[in-house]
Amino acid sequence: MGACRGPHASLAPALVNRRPRTLLDRIWDAHEIRPGLVAIDRVMLHERTGAAALKALKSAGRPVVRPAHVFAVMDHIVDTRPGRGDGTLMPGGEAFLVETRAAARAAGITLFDVNDPDQGITHVISPELGIVLPGLTLVAPDSHTGTQGAFGALAWGIGSSEAEHALATGTLRVARPSAMRVDVRGRLRPGVVAKDLALHLIATHGARGAEGMVVEFSGPAVAALDMEARMTLANMATEFGAFSALIAPDETTFAWLEGRRFAPRGPLWEAALQDWRALRSDPNAPFAKSIEVDADMVAPMISWGTSPQHSVPVTGRVPSAAAAGLAPETHARALAYMGLAEGQPLMGLPIDGAFIGSCTNSRLSDLERAAAILKGRRVAPSVRRALVVPGSQAVKRAAEARGLDRIFRDAGFEWREPGCSLCFFAGGESFGAGERVVSSTNRNFESRQGPGTRTHITSPEVVAASAVAGRIAAPWTLP
Amino acid sequence: MPEPFRRLTAAALPFWPDNVDTDVIIPSREMRGTGKTGLAAGLFANRRYRNPDTREEDPDFPLNWPEFRAARIWLAGANVGCGSSREHAAWALAEHGFRAVVAPSFNPIFFGNCVRNGIVPVVLPREVVEKLGSPVTVDLETMTVTGADGSTHPFDLPEEARTMLREGLDPVALTLKESDAIARWVEADRRRRPWAWRDLVSAPAAGPADQ
Repeated sequence: MGACRGPHASLAPALVNRRPRTLLDRIWDAHEIRPGLVAIDRVMLHERTGAAALKALKSAGRPVVRPAHVFAVMDHIVDTRPGRGDGTLMPGGEAFLVETRAAARAAGITLFDVNDPDQGITHVISPELGIVLPGLTLVAPDSHTGTQGAFGALAWGIGSSEAEHALATGTLRVARPSAMRVDVRGRLRPGVVAKDLALHLIATHGARGAEGMVVEFSGPAVAALDMEARMTLANMATEFGAFSALIAPDETTFAWLEGRRFAPRGPLWEAALQDWRALRSDPNAPFAKSIEVDADMVAPMISWGTSPQHSVPVTGRVPSAAAAGLAPETHARALAYMGLAEGQPLMGLPIDGAFIGSCTNSRLSDLERAAAILKGRRVAPSVRRALVVPGSQAVKRAAEARGLDRIFRDAGFEWREPGCSLCFFAGGESFGAGERVVSSTNRNFESRQGPGTRTHITSPEVVAASAVAGRIAAPWTLP
Repeated sequence: MPEPFRRLTAAALPFWPDNVDTDVIIPSREMRGTGKTGLAAGLFANRRYRNPDTREEDPDFPLNWPEFRAARIWLAGANVGCGSSREHAAWALAEHGFRAVVAPSFNPIFFGNCVRNGIVPVVLPREVVEKLGSPVTVDLETMTVTGADGSTHPFDLPEEARTMLREGLDPVALTLKESDAIARWVEADRRRRPWAWRDLVSAPAAGPADQ
């Protein structure tokens, strides 16, 4: 590496290529074999689609080209009740686990099995283990893969056939997406978190505001976020319609990654740092779309309808169709589904369930903030079910070491094993029809958490406060 | 891998409501296994059967008529294959024997899934689709569709899609033709970014991720 890593090596491309480039361009250019064919550095699989992709490859007689760069984990279907094994409440679910395990072993890829000490939600464990690194391309058959863009990697969700293609060739046939910048000025106010920023952005600019584009989040308010908050923000870019999200890596990123299990070490860590420090957009880089957000204007948010776009400040009221920028039929359908009327305040609505978890908000800091609200308090008796599902075994251990599990249990929350759990209804466990649930997840679509279930997405702190109040509540309103 | 497609004359199933989504093509409860097979019997299950559980056929659905049981071409409506991106819709059609779908417009993801699975997606105006009758000929050499009445209609396909269908290549096979270029990229990248290559990074210490 010495020959190509001298002080002038990094200048040479700049002289050749004067065109200002976005961060997306930098990563894309480094991976473009030819226009329309890009190299893929890491592939992550989960049990819902992993077995299918690996089996299809095998039956076509094609090996996985770089098994060391492929990781599989049980998160989507695996049960999250304590004492779990391969059995699932989803009919036929066990086959997905058993077949993924067999296919992963046969292919020689790294598998984080049901009770592996590193098991957890794909987008939680990949950063924890240093699988995702700045400047990498990473794909997974999961729509929230852009979460990992918080590390300055280009990470995006793909379909079954594309997964086979990436596994067999180490590449994907894909056209370069366009870049969008979301510049977040100022600072989030105390008590306002990344989830609020994301819901504010989507409510303001619509669920298709970034359609098909790679959103680069930048600005002082983003730089001030810790890595877990950056992951929450990048995660929600999917609900903004984005192809993926990016945040330029900085010292916060590097400090977080150093020493992780699969991260480079020693001289290669130093070489990586040198490359990673160049991963940013040039001052005049061309973005297809650019918007500014004033972080100081963001309030704690909650959804009222059936799209993340249908969100208002938690102190707000259900807006009119015109105020929400919705077609009257869409507005009416969302209200009918949610059992709400225009003008109704969100605070005070009685709830039946509370859920803290998912690739959006299941990391240690999420649990810490929720636990701080629950400490010394109890879930209201009218709340039928309250669950907290740590994002990974590592999060669960760290939380238990801090006594957070006791706080949640004492408050009346179930303390679960890591997985996607009730973020979505997969045919097994669900919330009930017509039940109103406050949830730290990313999607409030119709029947997402159970047939007929009414989901309000929000931050973990609003979930915790609402569970205590038995009604939608802001943390500062609790007695 | 799909069979190469040059020219096919076959019975053409007339089922052309607009916006036939992937859930109509194959309902999610018919996607029982973890693979691409065992799906043909679930094709159009909610329309084809009076009772999907007992598989009692609905005689009103044209796939159950003698002349269309062996149909290999589907004459469809606008925005065919909309809804979820599930590839099972294309898999079920292919497994049942369909090799072409002729429609006024396609959902873009479904269009791509058809090509990947050896099904020719043909875009023709609605008034043409509804007059083709059966049998129909789809010819990838002349890029034409010929109806039962002998009328011939030209259509277009992106060049790469046409190549894949004509040669029976799936995208993996097409990309593997470029193995040399990929290998050159890999060799250069291992020098440029050694930290990104796991075999160049010292073996990881096993053990949990706690910090």
